[in-house]
Amino acid sequence: MLSFLGRSVIQKTITLFFVSVVSFLIIHLAPGEPSQIDPLNPKFTPEIVERMRKEFHLDRPLHIQYLLFYRDLFTGKTVSWRDNLPVLGKIWDRFLNSLPLFIVGTLLTWTFSFPVGIRSAIQRDGPYDKSMTFLAYLLISIPGFFFAYILIILVVTELHVPVIGMESFGVTSESKIVQIMDRIWHLVLPSFLGATGGIAVLSRYVRSQMLEIIGQDYVRTARAKGLAPERVYYHHALRNALLPFVTMFGLILPGLIGGSVIIESIFSWPGMGRMAYEAILARDYPVILTLNFITAVLVLLGTLISDLLYMLVDPRIRL
Amino acid sequence: MSQDDTPVLSVEDLRVHFHGDGPVSLAVDGIDITIHRRETVCIVGESGCGKTITALTIMGLLPQPPGKIAGGRIFFKGQSLLDLPEEALRKLRGRHIAMIFQEPMSSLNPVFTIGNQINEAILAHETLSEDEALQRTLQLLQDVGIPDPQKRRHAYPHQLSGGQRQRAMIAMALACGPDLIIADEPTTALDVTVQAQILKLLQGLQQKRQMAIQYITHDLGVVAAIADRVYVMYAGLIVEQGTTSHIFSSPRHPYTRALLDSLPGKEKRGQRLYSIPGNVPHPAYKPTGCPFHPRCQHRQPKCARFFPTLCDYGEGHRARCPILYESEGTVGGRCEWKNL
Repeated sequence: MLSFLGRSVIQKTITLFFVSVVSFLIIHLAPGEPSQIDPLNPKFTPEIVERMRKEFHLDRPLHIQYLLFYRDLFTGKTVSWRDNLPVLGKIWDRFLNSLPLFIVGTLLTWTFSFPVGIRSAIQRDGPYDKSMTFLAYLLISIPGFFFAYILIILVVTELHVPVIGMESFGVTSESKIVQIMDRIWHLVLPSFLGATGGIAVLSRYVRSQMLEIIGQDYVRTARAKGLAPERVYYHHALRNALLPFVTMFGLILPGLIGGSVIIESIFSWPGMGRMAYEAILARDYPVILTLNFITAVLVLLGTLISDLLYMLVDPRIRL
Repeated sequence: MSQDDTPVLSVEDLRVHFHGDGPVSLAVDGIDITIHRRETVCIVGESGCGKTITALTIMGLLPQPPGKIAGGRIFFKGQSLLDLPEEALRKLRGRHIAMIFQEPMSSLNPVFTIGNQINEAILAHETLSEDEALQRTLQLLQDVGIPDPQKRRHAYPHQLSGGQRQRAMIAMALACGPDLIIADEPTTALDVTVQAQILKLLQGLQQKRQMAIQYITHDLGVVAAIADRVYVMYAGLIVEQGTTSHIFSSPRHPYTRALLDSLPGKEKRGQRLYSIPGNVPHPAYKPTGCPFHPRCQHRQPKCARFFPTLCDYGEGHRARCPILYESEGTVGGRCEWKNL
């Protein structure tokens, strides 16, 4: 167990190193330098561009730039090229904004997908299964942004629920209760929208996984023992059907960053996904690279967590 | 009729059909089986002849659809199983009729300990305290010859050997003291020495617990070792039935004879083993008349045009072949062809 942890951490550190090199190279391979972001702006005289290049070490060879960047990152001195604010602080603020969206969205996804998928599998080809299949493919096929705008129109004109941004303008002067309610109202639509696609896809996975397990010999044995159908399905079948989803659970961590770019953009939600998107447009290398690095760490951490969880739920796996 | 004379299991003219994309498969095509108390009855036949489907139908575990019980009746101690609602049937399963499956590895749930799974089988039907159930589990594990039950009950299926797994499976089947055990090729996945141990175990348990065993196999060696009576199945039909000595010493159906001829034996050493030409017909495309006639050494033109009924050789020995009956038939009984 401990040796597994040690081995795993070493392996993942090596992977992380290569990820950092490759992502650094890819960013610098992309056409357009940060200094050329706005060539028509009369303020950007050749002298200023030259000064900027020097300031950001863009005139140094790539490997030096790489070292300088990661030195700054690990000492916490990286600053955004756009506003000169510390990158880690910026990301932390945005992270706190994204977190409620992520948590509510994930909770919605997982709490709805499982009952829907399991029931579809048990009542295979019945009316419930057929309508859920139709609904799932409908939700998968409709682009998220299109669906989002339709919902926004409906909700705003019919229900008068605030939907844009994280809170209503001027709400800070109201009482605490009003503020909290306001935040919750703002959360509803984006997290619901973020969850619909997930529910559609995940419930299909749950269904097919469950169907596969129901066909297994040990489920037949459970029925041959004379167990009640609920026990056969929810104890014997479900326990086995859940195994692959444990792996997935670790892998949703990186969704914290990239998972909600579209939703955050549509709802003007000041989260991490939107920050990444804006940083890319502005060629703000430090922010892009830092986010990239954090994503890589989250992915590797997620796989580690999956491995550990897998060991916990599947007695056949010993690490 | 006293309680004792009622057969534990009696299957009458059971027909099971499978409806798929193509023509209907007649997997079980009208079979009669009777099993009395304390009796070991073997159902023998090649793969795909309908043995397992019969067993699953008796257990009420036939997947429907695609399967469909097209006719016949099943009585368990005089009670008609096919008329029982699912809930009543479920209470019978595991408690009065238990089943042992072919592959102990895939038939045991990999994520629960064997103690847990045996315990569950007990508590599904009986109201016992945790402690009483545990005592029963330990006793069962001991009865089936698993050493150190106190420790072994915490083992997961993958931590046991094939033989031990099948022992655990048997313990699970015995959990509520069933009157009938249906064993579906329980030793096929095991090597020969373990197979012998398991057979011995089953025989010992049967004597101790006075239960009936329906043993499904394709292995005539196993049949000779344990069966009181034998049913030979071919293409969803019983082609011959009788006591073990009838079947082995005076087989009356060409298929049974061919099966026995294809066994290796001392006097056949050095010779090429006999094998029956051709394959078992697909249950959706059975030949007309006698389903065995395309592979039969004794076939005559009328075999394709008429359907043979069971010919009686006395003492419960019957075979579905009028051709041999005409040449060898003895006293009494009747034998006829049925028009198609």
